[in-house]
Amino acid sequence: MVNNEFRTCPDTGLKFYSSAENLLKVNAVAAVVFLLVGGFYGLLVGLTRWQAVHLLAADNFYMVLTLHGLNVLIFWMIFFEIAILYFCSSVLLGCRLATPRWAWAGFVLMVVGAVMNNVIVLQGASSVMMTSYVPMEADPLFYLSLILFAVGALIGCFVFFGTLVVAKAEKTYEGSVPLVTFGAITAAIIAVFTIVSGAIILIPTFLWSVGVVGEIDALAYRLIWWAFGHSSQQINVAAHVAVWYAIAAIVFGARPLSEKVSRTAFLMYIVFLQLASAHHLLVDPGVSANFKMFNTSYAMYLAVMASMVHGLTVPGSIEAAQRARGYSAGLFTWLRKAPWGNPVFSGMFISLVGFGFLGGITGVVMGAEQINILIHNTLYVPGHFHATVVLGSTLAFMAMSYWLVPVLFRRELVLKGIAKWQPYLFGLGMTGVSLFLMGAGTLGVPRRHWDIGFAGTGGITHEFPAAAYTMLALNGMSVILAVIGGAAFCVIMVGTILFGKKLGNQKMAEPCIVAPVTDEEYEANGGSAYAIPGTLVLAMVFFVSFALYYFINWKYLAETWGIA
Amino acid sequence: MSEQKSSDAESIPMMQKLLDNPFLLLFIGVAAPSILFLGWGLVEIFTVPMR
Amino acid sequence: MSSLSPPSKKLWWNEPIHKTELMWISLVFVWGLIMTFMMPYWHVVGKQNLGTETYKTTPKAFQASTEAFVEQYTVRNEGPRNFPVVAPPAGGDVYMIARLYDWWPIVELKKGESYRFHLSSLDMQHGFSLQPANINIQVVPNYEHVFTLTPNASGEYSIICNEYCGIGHHLMIGKLLVVD
Repeated sequence: MVNNEFRTCPDTGLKFYSSAENLLKVNAVAAVVFLLVGGFYGLLVGLTRWQAVHLLAADNFYMVLTLHGLNVLIFWMIFFEIAILYFCSSVLLGCRLATPRWAWAGFVLMVVGAVMNNVIVLQGASSVMMTSYVPMEADPLFYLSLILFAVGALIGCFVFFGTLVVAKAEKTYEGSVPLVTFGAITAAIIAVFTIVSGAIILIPTFLWSVGVVGEIDALAYRLIWWAFGHSSQQINVAAHVAVWYAIAAIVFGARPLSEKVSRTAFLMYIVFLQLASAHHLLVDPGVSANFKMFNTSYAMYLAVMASMVHGLTVPGSIEAAQRARGYSAGLFTWLRKAPWGNPVFSGMFISLVGFGFLGGITGVVMGAEQINILIHNTLYVPGHFHATVVLGSTLAFMAMSYWLVPVLFRRELVLKGIAKWQPYLFGLGMTGVSLFLMGAGTLGVPRRHWDIGFAGTGGITHEFPAAAYTMLALNGMSVILAVIGGAAFCVIMVGTILFGKKLGNQKMAEPCIVAPVTDEEYEANGGSAYAIPGTLVLAMVFFVSFALYYFINWKYLAETWGIA
Repeated sequence: MSEQKSSDAESIPMMQKLLDNPFLLLFIGVAAPSILFLGWGLVEIFTVPMR
Repeated sequence: MSSLSPPSKKLWWNEPIHKTELMWISLVFVWGLIMTFMMPYWHVVGKQNLGTETYKTTPKAFQASTEAFVEQYTVRNEGPRNFPVVAPPAGGDVYMIARLYDWWPIVELKKGESYRFHLSSLDMQHGFSLQPANINIQVVPNYEHVFTLTPNASGEYSIICNEYCGIGHHLMIGKLLVVD
């Protein structure tokens, strides 16, 4: 295979090596397919939780819930992230992809694993949820499919690292890698730890399921599985923060306020973010309070600090760029004059706000060792992670796709009118999903539960407050909104790839990337090159909400039984 | 030119060198949670006393 | 030069950090310290700190302990499943089994008194979710988790399984009584 062919994109000036380009395309397409599949399962879950509709029978509900988790939390995310890794290495560094054959092998393994997993779970004997906690047993092929997928993804990570080496050796860039690439490095490092942990626990579990290994310790399983399960969501965080920076650069020509601050924040992710796997073990036996407190706090909340720093510097860099370009009046002109009709920007900004206010705050609060007693395994948990993974990561990836897919496939985006509304629709739906699930969870409604009305228990019931039923109904309605938004995204993407107007070497009608703001522009604006008063106000609003919500939950906790 | 480069490399601060080295970061990023989370946790779980 | 390109200054580490960023970093660092402090602080002054005393056990051994406990303190049988209602002395031990798909037995506690709970599963992982007090604890087979509960209000409570444990997971509900 010849690996030195490339084209220079007429719209962006970026170099696309054909080796990387083809892999980018197939990974992005696979991602969208699994998003569609997983999203459909999500619709069924939401409509079953809505007690008045109660769509699925119990066995199908648990099967579909297993499928929903795996397809969107694992398959959609990781396929898209592999595409991000290849983009941030090969395309941003202007370098050929290292070992494209291995990259293809990895892709094939991932597809085989993901398809096989769906087929196995649909057969009905592997409705074990994404977590597949031992001693609950799935079909051996269930574990094998996940192992295949993980090996494929691990190969993708090493192709990424290999490409970094090639780029450095062949001097395709000068100095340090771009910040966005550094974010991708962070994601790839977390991915390696994630996948290795997955292998450490899933391989013995596979061997146990075929009878080679006698017993898997249930507590050790939980510990190691969560190093895989939680860290996999931290890959998403690192990747979507990289995407935020990328979109700030694409739409506004923004540069980081400070390379040092943003990169150090990513370093905090690399070292500490994965410790948060302990969030899931806070009410477990067998591990000490010291272990719980140290790990759940990411060693003194240093990774939370990193997220809050990105939360300031991403909009801050946008504000600085906008002010440099003349939108410098008052506190918020820069924000009002942002391109709210451009889904690349609106998706990114809703992702930023949703991830911070809904996902971030709730995650840290329920990750406090003792507060977790109120939250563990209630619907609050899915409520939280729909804000982080869906509103945060998925919406950021959708926003990125609106830019990347036309650039990559050289096709004009189709259905632009719908694309303009899609992030709002999806964002609104998913905000509803998170809020109402969290609301129900606060009332004690369990997660992964088919019937909170307890029909069929022979008369032993629990009366949840009427508000819980209302929350689940509102959740169902929000799911419908979100699914319409998600389906619109998939239709736009597939439509663009198949039917979008071919661009060839023609430039797009509207420029798809803004020229970087220059030093002169930054300096010209009253000399206050990086003044970001508007962002600071937003950040302070965030901080006050965070602190209030944090202490309110300690107060709730103080009202329950004594526990020691 | 090459001399210029090497003196450049020497003046780069330690932290920047660390952040420019993905493999060192990879090592840290795998070692830290392996020790602090996995290692510590497994030691505690495997030293739970028998009833 | 944007975030998509290498930093324009080769030696970016020594660039000064802008005031706003510095201020924000200091603020969130201190906030992190406060949150770090809250957890050990609550261990000292708070009344809700789940104990982590744990023993390795077997389903058989744990079932035997629970049966002995039930035999000693049963006061009556009740409910659709005719389960024993067990009223241990204040300050005493309580054994409770989680299994597919029930919580056994029903215990009757006195408000304001403390009890040492011993909780384990005979089969799958389960989730002990005491409602409406909203106390949630993971139950893991082969491990006996010992912790203390002190009810602060009387009434009939439900124990709902909130860890998926199998096809009848949603049928797994038990009762716990607190009397004045």
